[in-house]
Amino acid sequence: MQTVPSVVAPASAIGMPRRRVFGAYLEEARSECLRYLRAPGFMLPIMLFPAMFYLLFGVLMAKSNGADAARYLLASYGVFGVMSPGLFGFGVSLALERDGGLLTFKRALPMPPGAYLLGKMLMAMVAAGVVIVLLLALSLSLGGVTLAPVQAGALLLAGMLGVLPFCALGMFVGTLIKGQGAPGMLNLVYLPMSFLSGLWIPLPMLPEFLQRIAPAWPSYHLDQLALAAVGMNRGALLVHVLVLAGFAAGFALLAARRLRRHG
Amino acid sequence: MSHSRIPIACLDGAVKRYGRLTALDGAELQLRHGELLALLGPNGAGKTTAIGLLLGLIRADAGSVELFGQDPQRIEARRRIGVMLQNAELPPTLRVGELLRLTASYYPSPRTLRESAELAGVADLLRRPYAKLSGGQQRRVQFALALCGRPGLLFLDEPTVGMDIEARQQLWATIRRLVAEGCSVLLTTHYLEEAEALADRVCVMSRGRMIHQGTVDELRARVALKRVRCRSTLPADAVRRWPEVSEVRRENERLHIGTAEAEAVVRRLLDADPQLGELEVQRAGLAEAFTELTRDAAEASGTDQREAA
Repeated sequence: MQTVPSVVAPASAIGMPRRRVFGAYLEEARSECLRYLRAPGFMLPIMLFPAMFYLLFGVLMAKSNGADAARYLLASYGVFGVMSPGLFGFGVSLALERDGGLLTFKRALPMPPGAYLLGKMLMAMVAAGVVIVLLLALSLSLGGVTLAPVQAGALLLAGMLGVLPFCALGMFVGTLIKGQGAPGMLNLVYLPMSFLSGLWIPLPMLPEFLQRIAPAWPSYHLDQLALAAVGMNRGALLVHVLVLAGFAAGFALLAARRLRRHG
Repeated sequence: MSHSRIPIACLDGAVKRYGRLTALDGAELQLRHGELLALLGPNGAGKTTAIGLLLGLIRADAGSVELFGQDPQRIEARRRIGVMLQNAELPPTLRVGELLRLTASYYPSPRTLRESAELAGVADLLRRPYAKLSGGQQRRVQFALALCGRPGLLFLDEPTVGMDIEARQQLWATIRRLVAEGCSVLLTTHYLEEAEALADRVCVMSRGRMIHQGTVDELRARVALKRVRCRSTLPADAVRRWPEVSEVRRENERLHIGTAEAEAVVRRLLDADPQLGELEVQRAGLAEAFTELTRDAAEASGTDQREAA
């Protein structure tokens, strides 16, 4: 706790030193991370689903297909795992907090602008990092995958930054729907999108029509980046980065506009 | 003090419409330095909208809204206020101490964690997760969050809902102490005894307008009726014929008399019944004054509508 001289602040000088403003951003991010890391109802599904799927399909059933299958599925289940803290951590919590009055309370307080959203963003990045580390541990220990440290690092980076477009999408859905309706709606986005991007079953094994429309989904582009990180995609990467950035910016703008108008 | 005349929060002809519904219809409010103003009114009178404007949560369609002479949507103005809203579900898994630390970080020179916790009576709860607290304890934590930034103006929206009598008394004592230190308070409450116990001034709202502003005594004085009660054998019918008496009721051995001239009635009672005992005279409480005021306002607007039709 900072020691602040306990005198009544003079009515005229109410400037806030930049260091304290920065501190407020940090506190917000710290609280946001703490509250969700402590909520098993939030963390367990986010961690267990991708880990379980990966164990089942990437480790046990891929044994016959060799380490390459395990390596391929590490990338795609990594993307699958990264999407959920973005969509649910951002979208569901925003929908619930709009409903429960917390957002109103925070808007009445002198919270620095953007601290609320920035805090949630950091929380989603931390949760995404945890998911990737968990999958990396499973693949290296049980899946027989060998990765150079720089490859593992690249996958972690792709996951932690790649969560951001899904934060934006989750935020947009969270501004459309209040309260308990949001999780269902987000699952309607999350699960079909994962399937259609080839995260569960590799794209080349899907019908040709689905392969052709796959570039419409942001998860497809993140999967291409994740595959490149583990050394299974030698194509150009910039286009995927640009699509994801544009997707994130677009939904963030839409959501910000709705938040300003409707609160 | 010279600056006590300058309003620190002010609504001037504020209008707010939601579609076809006019929630605020030219609301006027001035809160001066160091005073506790209670905002009263039946549900739907526009209290929440008035508070929302002053907190910068919504924008007025017309009129002006100022907080410390600034637009409330400016963060500089809000750094000088503390807020306790009626329903805000705080993060359930955060501990009380963490919530205090977070909220204090928004302010330029907050109270220490310990000082805030002690003022609000939550010093023994600092390590408890918010979700594990009782409703009354959660209200006290919200009060601690409201005062932790050392605000010059506190917004308290129904602060004692869900509190037991002891906690309520303690909160009242703290509010009085803060006001004595120069903090201003805007209080909304359904408990009229709360306004009566705390407020310097009362502002009564009805249908989006302020229909009365003044001290608690002034509001009470608008209702001339006083209540006289006594143990007496005088027949109620006889008392009812006295010109000063407006109503009489007998309950077992007691007479309940309503009158505008209590002194004259008491004199006659004592003359007429030498055995009379347990005499009590009460003026109308805030509750009666409030009911009468808002009923008058409702009737007046009903008349307007008929005339317009």
